[in-house]
Amino acid sequence: MKPVLCIDFGSTFTKVTAIDVDTPSILARAQSFTTIHDDINFGFNRALEQIIKVTGIQEFNERYACSSAAGGLKMIAIGLVPQLTAEAAKRAALSAGAKVLETFSFELNEYEIKKIERIKPDIILFTGGIDGGNTKVVTANAQRLTTMNHRCPLIYAGNKVIADDIAALLREHRWDVSIASNVMPTLNELNIHSAQNLIRKIFLDHIVVAKGLSTVQACIDNILMPTPSAVLLGAELLSKGYLSNPGIGELMIVDVGGATTDVHSVADGAPRQSNVIMKGLAEPLIKRTVEGDLGARYSLDALIQGVGIDVVADVLKVPPEVVKQMCDDLTNHPEQFMEEPGLMKTLDDVAAEIAIRESVTRHAGFLEVHYTPFGTVYQQTGKDLSMVHHVIGTGGPLIHHSNIKSALKASQYDLKQPMSLKPSNSRFYLDQNYILAAMGLLSINYPKAALQLLKENLKEV
Amino acid sequence: MDQHTIVLGVIGADVHAVGNKILHYAYSQAGFHVVNLGVMVSQEEFIQAAIESGAEAMIVSSLYGHGELDCKGLREKCIEAGLETIKLYVGGNLVVGKTPFEEVKDKFLAMGFDRIYPPGSDPNDGIRDLMQDLGIDI
Repeated sequence: MKPVLCIDFGSTFTKVTAIDVDTPSILARAQSFTTIHDDINFGFNRALEQIIKVTGIQEFNERYACSSAAGGLKMIAIGLVPQLTAEAAKRAALSAGAKVLETFSFELNEYEIKKIERIKPDIILFTGGIDGGNTKVVTANAQRLTTMNHRCPLIYAGNKVIADDIAALLREHRWDVSIASNVMPTLNELNIHSAQNLIRKIFLDHIVVAKGLSTVQACIDNILMPTPSAVLLGAELLSKGYLSNPGIGELMIVDVGGATTDVHSVADGAPRQSNVIMKGLAEPLIKRTVEGDLGARYSLDALIQGVGIDVVADVLKVPPEVVKQMCDDLTNHPEQFMEEPGLMKTLDDVAAEIAIRESVTRHAGFLEVHYTPFGTVYQQTGKDLSMVHHVIGTGGPLIHHSNIKSALKASQYDLKQPMSLKPSNSRFYLDQNYILAAMGLLSINYPKAALQLLKENLKEV
Repeated sequence: MDQHTIVLGVIGADVHAVGNKILHYAYSQAGFHVVNLGVMVSQEEFIQAAIESGAEAMIVSSLYGHGELDCKGLREKCIEAGLETIKLYVGGNLVVGKTPFEEVKDKFLAMGFDRIYPPGSDPNDGIRDLMQDLGIDI
């Protein structure tokens, strides 16, 4: 037996999973409140005691951890054109597991500088211009940043021609600058790996200390990453497989939370037909999007406003004022989970479905038809996910849903949005115990065991 | 010479790809850094690409007769986007039917284009003009 611990320091709960990597099997799971304000070890030790009690194991050979505690990894992205380098920068940060609080484009103004000071990001990703392209706006933005009152690690991943000058200027003004390859070296080419790796490195070197996680660093094996990063690793492994152990193929993960809904896809997303022309920025194989206005608690109000309060009132068969009242109640008391059937429970269920439908629609690409003198031509923007046959759901509002399968069906193509490239004919799975993050961590050194456990533990619904 | 960047593309719902490839080759050979957007390019895409790439000229092609409609307002949008000095070149079968080229030329000059080329133009004419307009020594 070779027992290993995977720890997930969440914003609310510290979740600990004990795994025997030899068999492989999951030995025990436990969770306890995250104690970020005192000493993060308290919460962790409480969970660990439960594990020891159940398994009788005192010593764990290895310990891995991921964290979204203390607000996660807060980033802002700066680019030039919103649809191009600003979008590329945002994608790079998201795929490194960050929480992107704001994306800025063109020349920064005083108001935006103040806004960044208020946000106090952990890392700034600063881009703009393809290689050999724009220098004027990028240089102006660097000048602006020298006047800012907030300092944090900054990654420059813009036009390479001026990279050294930008870094020198910012360093003169006490900025801690790292240089990555341009996130968009040529037009519409997405090149996020270099920036992504730097973000992970900075997270480990600096952010962990700043977030009060350094005390646990001593007792883990120096692998600490943002939780979404661990989920992406798990998703990639499950999709692609490991050596002779096949994966399940292209997949999508929808994580419905109280504040946001995250969608991850591991899929090529290329056009399926010959008369389709791709448009816009290239799409990454592994893509993560986060919708800040689609959550079942803190952002419930925005979610209801998004679809229209009347629509929700219609479904619940109550007047809009009642919906408003219930919404306020849930926003103010986010900790409650409805177990009993009733109006509140129905609202909870409806919110989860809306979150899934909207977030997947935004994540997936779409087609536009053009009638040309040569016949019909289709333009595709974003990823074609119509052949993604595995959809995995997770997150409190979904796990507690009264009909999980029907909620997950909201991720599917429907005729009301005929040009959307959402998945169709998918099989649905539930990650009830947040095993994806734990297995992502495990996969770094034990991919075979992690893959087998993922396949065994994701429940088809 | 220092690399000068141009943005190249076929505007509107036009899918004529062959001329686009020829122009890409010719301008690259002449020493330009070509950002080629390919076919079915909107005005917005031309502008976004020009901003990111720091381009000094847009070379717009239109072969299917809807050129006038597709090109309308491009100069105004460039001005709005801070690309006041960018050179706008256009060429191809710009209008439907047998309108005399001089009329077509006047129309596009009035729309803010700097150079207009009839069907079957030699790419070298455009390259020579561009070098002159950008003050590049040959």
